[in-house]
Amino acid sequence: MARAASRLGEWVRGRVGGAVREWGYYGALLAEAVYWLLAGGRRRQPVRAAAVFEQMMEIGVAAVPIVFLLSFAIGVMLAIQGIHTLRTFGAESEVVVGITLAVSREFGPLITAVVVAGRTGSALAARIGSMQVSQEIDALVVMGINPVRYLVSPALLATLAVLPALSFMADVAAWLGAAIYTRIELGTGIVAFGARTLEVLATEDLMQGLAKSVVFALVIALVGVSNGFSVSGGAEGVGRATTRSVVYCISYIVLTDMVFTWFLSQ
Amino acid sequence: MTSKGTAGSPPAPESAGVAENVIEVRDLVTYYGDRRILEHVGLTVRAGEIRIIMGGSGSGKSTLLRCLLGLNRPRSGSIRVLGTNLAGATSAELQALRRHLGVSFQGGALFTSMTVRENVMLPLREHTDLDESTMRIMARMKLEVVNLGGFEDLMPAELSGGMVKRAALARAIVMDPKLLFFDEPPAGLDPVVAAELDQLILQLRDAMRMTILVVTHELESAFAIADTLTVLDHGRVLAAGTVDEVRDCPEPRVQNLLNRRPSVEALDVDAYLRRLTAEDG
Repeated sequence: MARAASRLGEWVRGRVGGAVREWGYYGALLAEAVYWLLAGGRRRQPVRAAAVFEQMMEIGVAAVPIVFLLSFAIGVMLAIQGIHTLRTFGAESEVVVGITLAVSREFGPLITAVVVAGRTGSALAARIGSMQVSQEIDALVVMGINPVRYLVSPALLATLAVLPALSFMADVAAWLGAAIYTRIELGTGIVAFGARTLEVLATEDLMQGLAKSVVFALVIALVGVSNGFSVSGGAEGVGRATTRSVVYCISYIVLTDMVFTWFLSQ
Repeated sequence: MTSKGTAGSPPAPESAGVAENVIEVRDLVTYYGDRRILEHVGLTVRAGEIRIIMGGSGSGKSTLLRCLLGLNRPRSGSIRVLGTNLAGATSAELQALRRHLGVSFQGGALFTSMTVRENVMLPLREHTDLDESTMRIMARMKLEVVNLGGFEDLMPAELSGGMVKRAALARAIVMDPKLLFFDEPPAGLDPVVAAELDQLILQLRDAMRMTILVVTHELESAFAIADTLTVLDHGRVLAAGTVDEVRDCPEPRVQNLLNRRPSVEALDVDAYLRRLTAEDG
């Protein structure tokens, strides 16, 4: 019994130590990436706008179709469940209130972050991990090119720029999906749905979602690149890092969302 | 001729006169975790020479190369490259030093998302203010030096092993470095392509007056291009000197390496099985 408790204690200590080290690494990466964004020009190693733009296209524009489609589907599902539930009270016409707030505060940023974590978090880990394995990171270092400045800063800036924009688009797509379903089910006009949405929606509801998406962007970029840099053991290591990156990104996104929501609802 | 853990002191190449030391390593000790990799290694490389670091697998030659490039931090000892003390250098000093170094990695380490031209242009793009057309011309010139003219627009995945190594070499020399490092240049190449690469290394030394350090375990290639050699074994310098001095070294492990003799005796299977049975019984 004592031995089992001791083992459990060791396991917990190891886990906690690992988590502290990992979060410390995220912090160090963030600090260095921000340093290069601010001071790179002065040190004649600027973070190139072209690299940021390229990342924005990859992370943002390429994700538009899938984010739109999934958000639209979430909007339809919320409308189905909302109308079904509110019908019990004869209040189905008020479905727009619940959908507007739920989408702008929760579902828009959340579904966008999950999709981007699946695409970008894994892609960053795989790309940097492969570069690590094939000595491309070493090649950057010996060429005098700082890998954080060259790889992390553009990805971080691009994710921070595109995730709020994608989240807003996801909000609109979900509202559109809900409006179309409500039109079919209740006969409410799409324009009327939109007008009611604008009436219900307060600036802070929208800002709450957008603020969350900024935090999610930080999580996705830092978890993705840190898993990439920690790759060892060849192709198998790259695969492990990619999977780990997606799992950690989505877990951190859901947990930070819960904490964020709790604080904002106080 | 030096042996057993002392710093090599090779003669200067005839053309160099009194050549300066471009690499000076003193008493270098490195560890991976608790495992000691290099034990009190010393090395001196003079300007204009081709120095080969030789040794079998696990001898520590790749670790030595990583230390010289500032990629691994030694436990103790000093490394001076082109006058810069790596242990005490600031990041700005390391940055300045690295502009004078070129490295050709074992697998090429070309960036797979870029074309050959973009790979070669990358150091120019990052370290100079040259306009696009000048950078393209310079990249093309370097690619022609390594006989890769006309392949600028291919992706690394479309190149053969020898072409990857030559493209990596073009990228390594695009900034006209003073010191060029090669990690296992003939590895994975057929003998003809490996010999072509050896010729290219000699041409670079002669035409561009570079100092070149090559890490390899390929004897034929090493003796074809070396001015001086350092032989490592289990993290220690066994021998260092000119090609003839190393060939004549009486140290048995050096002779084993040069004559491809296994240093451990072949396993006596019957005796081994008898011992296992006895231990089990």
